[in-house]
Amino acid sequence: MRGTVAIAGVGLAGCGEAPGWTETEIAAAAAKNALDDAGLGVHEVDGLVVASTNSFMSGLALAEHLGVRPKFTESTMVGGSSFVGHLIPAALALNAGLCDTILVAYGSNQRTGVGRGEAGKYKMALDPQPFEHPYKPFNPPTSYALAAARHMHQYGTTRAQLAEIAVAARRWAQLNPEAFAREPLTADEVLESRMISDPLTVRDCCLVTDGGGAYVLTRAERAKDFPQPPAYLLGVGAAHWHRQISSMPDLTVTAATESGQRAYEMAGLGARDVDVVELYDAFTINTLLFLEDLGFCGKGEGGAFVSDGRIAPGGALPVNTNGGGLSCVHPGMYGIFLVIEAVRQLRGEAGARQVKDAAVALAHGNGGVLSSQITALFGTKDTL
Amino acid sequence: MATPPGPEKRYLDALAAGRFEIQKCSACGKHVFYPRVLCPHCGAGDLGWVAASGRGTVYSTTVVRRKPADGGDYNVCLVDLAEGVRMMSRVVSVPPESVKIGMRVTARVAADLVEFLPA
Repeated sequence: MRGTVAIAGVGLAGCGEAPGWTETEIAAAAAKNALDDAGLGVHEVDGLVVASTNSFMSGLALAEHLGVRPKFTESTMVGGSSFVGHLIPAALALNAGLCDTILVAYGSNQRTGVGRGEAGKYKMALDPQPFEHPYKPFNPPTSYALAAARHMHQYGTTRAQLAEIAVAARRWAQLNPEAFAREPLTADEVLESRMISDPLTVRDCCLVTDGGGAYVLTRAERAKDFPQPPAYLLGVGAAHWHRQISSMPDLTVTAATESGQRAYEMAGLGARDVDVVELYDAFTINTLLFLEDLGFCGKGEGGAFVSDGRIAPGGALPVNTNGGGLSCVHPGMYGIFLVIEAVRQLRGEAGARQVKDAAVALAHGNGGVLSSQITALFGTKDTL
Repeated sequence: MATPPGPEKRYLDALAAGRFEIQKCSACGKHVFYPRVLCPHCGAGDLGWVAASGRGTVYSTTVVRRKPADGGDYNVCLVDLAEGVRMMSRVVSVPPESVKIGMRVTARVAADLVEFLPA
């Protein structure tokens, strides 16, 4: 699979607040931007990949809305990691010749549209979890809080170290004019903000925004003919071990240990080869766990690793360069934004937040409650 | 002829009768929680039921913060039972923030739920 497919276009829409827009409309607007970026018309799309937190048939809905008649439709839903995971079936379909131009798209009006509380009630009724819901975990924060508490207990990780992660994300967001939360943020402000589920405060938690994103995937030989420099898929791997936090074997070790290894093996690369890192930071503890599990530091060393601005602008390792889910955008599922930021960094079009000479980018998706882990590595043509 | 209920209903029915029972695999001998059709350890389909010891240790814990008007803060934790299985639950009768990782706890059935008291 290495190097056989590439992203030819990316687009965003409605990020932040998009009052009066439906999730399908936001996805369609992002799709238009991604297709324009690739120099393609909507009717050249013959493969469509979509997932939604609310719609059971989002692939059918978006195809109908766009007026396309796909030969290949895929809607695997593994939470926020979905749009990184979609690279796998999409690449297989392209390589099998089932279709030529795949549009992957997502839209959500989670901030200004259907209320999360209301939607949550319906979801609980349709998909009960009788071994967790009766104890009223405030999920997802409570599940991630349990993981953070265990990491702190086992490795001496501190709340101040977690706060450094939120501050680093905010400093990147301040370099990104498209980020939603750009006002200054200090570690003390993170520590003193409202506690949600100990040890996580509201500033340890991602934003709740509207927004959509899309990317266009084609076979590599064709991607060369489009206006933008292609971002080649060098490796991708997936793993999941549980759905509910009570079934996670060790709350300090995620399945990213496996997904990352699979992606690195396919790419023939390791953590030391990665120039820019995009990690699914639904909560500060995510960034720390994934830095460990993807091999950027040892297990239990994440707290020390993120200290002294190491992952902030100007630090040794650029992490979550758009500001992440913590400070840029988080409309229910963030996975597609990881891919889009990785592509923009590889193209060198990221403006003030551009990582110099970025040739290899890692995008790591997380879904559920540290459940689904999917790692992708992208590279410029020089990395093929 | 009535079909016996699935494992989830079997568990909840026992709980409603005041009994905390978990599964044990007759093939590999390991305990299983939550209740399942197949043993997740060895894949065997023959899971029996045993009374849980009720002895446990807090594996991780959090305080969910809630406005006093809505009932105030409460504990949510993960408890490792002596049988080697883990479950979500809560420790009651002590302030939620006083629940610590490593604390020994004992189960009780209250209002069709398993909750824990400090041992």
